[in-house]
Amino acid sequence: MQMHSLSFDISHTLAGGLVLISFMMLYQDRLYSLLNVFALHALVLALSVAWQAYAQDAPHLYVTAAIALVFKAIVIPVALHRIVKLLGIHRDIESAVGIGPTMLAGMGLVALSMVLMLRVTAEADPLAREDLAFALSVVLLGLLVMVTRRNAVSQVVGFMSLENGLVLAATGAKGMPLVVEISVAFSILIAFIVIGIFLFRIRERFDSVDVSALDDYRGERR
Amino acid sequence: MSFHSFNPVAAVLLIPICSAALLAILPGYRITARLNVVASLLTFLSALSLFVIERPQPTPYVLVDDLNIVFIVLNTFVGFTTSIFSASYIAHELDTGRLTPTYLRFYHAMYQTMMFGMNLAFVSNSIGLMWVAVEIATLTTVLMVGIYRTHAALEAAWKYFILGSVGIAFALFGTILVYMAARPVVGEGQDAMVWTLLVEHAAHFDPALLNVAFVFLFLGYGTKVGLAPLHAWLPDAHAEGPTPISAVLSGLLLNVALYALLRFKILLAVSPDAIAPGALMVTMGLVSVVFAAFMLYRRRDIKRLFAYSSIEHMGIIVFAFGMGGPLANFAGLLHMVMHSLTKSAIFFAVGHIAQVKGTQRINRIRGLTVTHPALGWGLVAGVVAIAGLPPLGIFMSEFLVVSSTFARQPLLAIVLVFGLLLALGALMLRLTSVAFGNPRGSKAPVEASYVPMFAHLSLVLIAGIYLPAPVVVWFRHVAILLG
Repeated sequence: MQMHSLSFDISHTLAGGLVLISFMMLYQDRLYSLLNVFALHALVLALSVAWQAYAQDAPHLYVTAAIALVFKAIVIPVALHRIVKLLGIHRDIESAVGIGPTMLAGMGLVALSMVLMLRVTAEADPLAREDLAFALSVVLLGLLVMVTRRNAVSQVVGFMSLENGLVLAATGAKGMPLVVEISVAFSILIAFIVIGIFLFRIRERFDSVDVSALDDYRGERR
Repeated sequence: MSFHSFNPVAAVLLIPICSAALLAILPGYRITARLNVVASLLTFLSALSLFVIERPQPTPYVLVDDLNIVFIVLNTFVGFTTSIFSASYIAHELDTGRLTPTYLRFYHAMYQTMMFGMNLAFVSNSIGLMWVAVEIATLTTVLMVGIYRTHAALEAAWKYFILGSVGIAFALFGTILVYMAARPVVGEGQDAMVWTLLVEHAAHFDPALLNVAFVFLFLGYGTKVGLAPLHAWLPDAHAEGPTPISAVLSGLLLNVALYALLRFKILLAVSPDAIAPGALMVTMGLVSVVFAAFMLYRRRDIKRLFAYSSIEHMGIIVFAFGMGGPLANFAGLLHMVMHSLTKSAIFFAVGHIAQVKGTQRINRIRGLTVTHPALGWGLVAGVVAIAGLPPLGIFMSEFLVVSSTFARQPLLAIVLVFGLLLALGALMLRLTSVAFGNPRGSKAPVEASYVPMFAHLSLVLIAGIYLPAPVVVWFRHVAILLG
């Protein structure tokens, strides 16, 4: 019993930490610091997944943890750092909405996911329950990052944090098959997109990766 | 390989993926375009053999039943005809320099990878595997939409990527919730994701969890179906990518997401205490129909026009499946098949028209029936069909949807008919300006392959006049399965 509650507390802390770091993403106004916070996010995810692998005695989850650590906490942030430098866009993030309303919306979303998930999963085991509630919070906060930012790089960061929430949910669902395959599939998706941002710039298609600049080219066709 | 050891399911998966690898290596337009056609034909023939060869037993990963055979055969057929259209379309794009040989290789490899992804989504019995397959299909189409690398194309691809990813992320969350609901009943591990086992035990699942799961799945896969208000990616993706991709997007990829939704709808129908998914589907379907009908009036780009028409028709199909019952399901299935055939035929015509006129602007295209009779009249036939006029197939399926709704929910039927008539008006308005009147734009002859377009249109015509009895029996059976 003692062991169970300790394992519960640790996974609880790590999942709660992820929600907290998602909040930190909301108010970063520089791309570099946003990338650093994201690297921290991925690191905590890797720890959390590794802990689940240990607690559930599911060695295949170590693969997912390793992917999160190597790919998302190191490779992608480093690559995005270099892209940001190359594109010369390390100035302020043009946030579409102010920080105050964004934080309030974030709190609302977390409250929503707590109420929703804790109510409907009343019969599931407590670990999975709270894990799901945290995971949904991370997913919704990632979505919030995506809609409040206009810059393509920060949108990708938002998407990746959203995806971290999904990995958290998948690893928390004990014994779920295909978790490793799904995390690999997601990594491929992200790699493609990061390469995409990189290539488009190299070919000098955009003057900036600000998505609102793209809107101008839409012209009058709509 | 002897006849008995021939495995059609393996064939519809292996042929596309192997030819994708081959097409990525081989240089030259002539060989690759032909190989693309041959591979698509072989896939189609393998899919057809599912009718004759005894079906494989469901395994944890593969399932073949009456429902998905319809989807697989339709998918591989349109994939095959589109590959023929694509061969002549791409030749023109190479001539004008919009595509380079390297991009051509990439394009063909992606085309077959997309076919692989869609076929995998149809045959997979595991809801996790199905999700991965839908993601593969989405990713390949994102890459193809952006293939021209113009500002507009990149913007469309970006928008499609962002909205599509959020959609598939929600779908995954829903999938995880279904697993959570199934785990206490079916047991831990792989089994709790196998659709056939889920359906057997769904009556004992926690209904609250299943409800939330369906809402996420509906939002997620619904984004990919293109239901309003989650449709924002669809018109851009259709308008800016190569036209063969517009044809498969409208004709096939939307069906893949719809198929995923139907699987989960069946699951919910088994559980007695879960919400009826019908109300959600009916609402979103109707909203899509009416919204798209209004939007049709304001389109100036011919590919965007037909993209909005796809939103309208997916709305009708989702509405029909949402109403449920044997008759509405039958109508929904029939409408789905008819829409796939007609819409891809229209895009075949539009692709050549845009190439010969050098523009997609509707007001720069006039008098097509005079300058290019075959293309012009093909387009007229296609638009008449898609607008739901008799005697073509879509008239019949729309009639069935409307009449079955009138019998049960007259108010909903009135809204639906309003949307249909509105869309009819918009399409006729645009059609008269494009097809008739004084010719405008280039009169250069066009090197087009008309076979795919007229093959589709004649199938739609035949279905409108006389639907063969075995098809009716089959669809009826599937309609009952859908509940």
